Amino acid sequence: MTNYSIEAVELNKSFGRRLIFNDLQFKFDKSGIYGISGPNGSGKSTLVKIIAGIIGASKGKIIHKLDNKEIAEENLHNHIGFVSPYLVLYEEFSTYENMKLFAEIRGTKFNGDRVDYLLEKFLLYKRKDDLLKTYSSGMKQRVKFIFALMHSPELLILDEPTSNLDDEGKNSVYELIKEEGQKNIVLIASNEKNDLENCSDIVYLEKYKN
Amino acid sequence: MNSKSYSLFLKDFKSELRTRYAINALAMFIIVAISVILFSVGNEKISPSLTGGLFWVVIFFTAMSGLSRAFVSEEERGTSLTLQLIAAPSTVYAGKLIFNIILVFVMNTIIAILYSAIFEAFIIKNFWLFLASFVLGNIGLAVSSTIIAAIISKAGAKGTLYPVLSFPILLPLILTSVQLTLFALDGISFERAKFELAIVVSYDVIMLTASFMLFDFIWKE
Repeated sequence: MTNYSIEAVELNKSFGRRLIFNDLQFKFDKSGIYGISGPNGSGKSTLVKIIAGIIGASKGKIIHKLDNKEIAEENLHNHIGFVSPYLVLYEEFSTYENMKLFAEIRGTKFNGDRVDYLLEKFLLYKRKDDLLKTYSSGMKQRVKFIFALMHSPELLILDEPTSNLDDEGKNSVYELIKEEGQKNIVLIASNEKNDLENCSDIVYLEKYKN
Repeated sequence: MNSKSYSLFLKDFKSELRTRYAINALAMFIIVAISVILFSVGNEKISPSLTGGLFWVVIFFTAMSGLSRAFVSEEERGTSLTLQLIAAPSTVYAGKLIFNIILVFVMNTIIAILYSAIFEAFIIKNFWLFLASFVLGNIGLAVSSTIIAAIISKAGAKGTLYPVLSFPILLPLILTSVQLTLFALDGISFERAKFELAIVVSYDVIMLTASFMLFDFIWKE
């Protein structure tokens, strides 16, 4: 069980005059699976990017806490795993090279056993030394899960996690979500019913448009 | 600058060896620029002061053709998000800066060697002064070019915007470096070049401090 929590405090995001969401508030302070839902263009990806510290909010803030201590923004990346269709890894390197480089840049020790376990889990072990540019879109999506999980983050953010995946891949993801949800916070942004069916709490962005 | 920044530099170095985004562009630009100057000069004898000026013209435009790749290639390939997810902004800027400093030094050393070999008038009488202006000028060029590259990488017309934005920011550095190179060609002592050296040192310190302070805001959309 993790002692991680995320809290949105009066969160507002606008692009110019276009309001994305207003006065958004939620708090997830127990390990589990949580969802963000809304139709296309409702701001799901914007919200997950704000939570991950990639973009800023127009007003309000997101507070990340570990053991009741607020995490500084510059250290946030060490606690978050992120998967999305718009995430692109380095195609001129192999999966193994990518993971090694990421560990070095993060300043953490490369955990070969963990990466091997994840490669086996996502059925990529045999292709681990092939350059990413030779992978299919589904395989690239699976590599993103290894990227998100290799440093054992306390918060796993999944934006449309099953896009580009075949049935086998989707099942692996659902299995992983359940597994991770037992010890960490898993946040899923999607409008697919199957993706959200294991969520204990869902934030509906349509409610925050005024 | 720490081991994380160094690892980011190594990632860029390995990536460059495989993709050759910058090296090819820079090598071609150096060859073309020096050839054009050589052909336009022909048999004319040019003065040392003119070679000093042309030396920094080639350096400026070569920098404009290759140094923006540090951030532009990440943005164009869509890997900026990945970097944001694995490193703090200061690590990213420091890693990119190490890469650009090394690139600038390699590229300008080649330009200096070619210049010395091709132009008879390019005879350095005070080598240590030339070396000081070369080192300080290169650091300033790399620091400014890296932060400007980060700014323009998010913009639409990157190619045009880079030299336009760089010119006013690099002008004080280029003018002072040209002056210091002329002093070195004339054999003027360190003592008499103290004021110009102080300007370049101040420029480097100010740009480095401002870059680290501003990068957080530029990096986060």
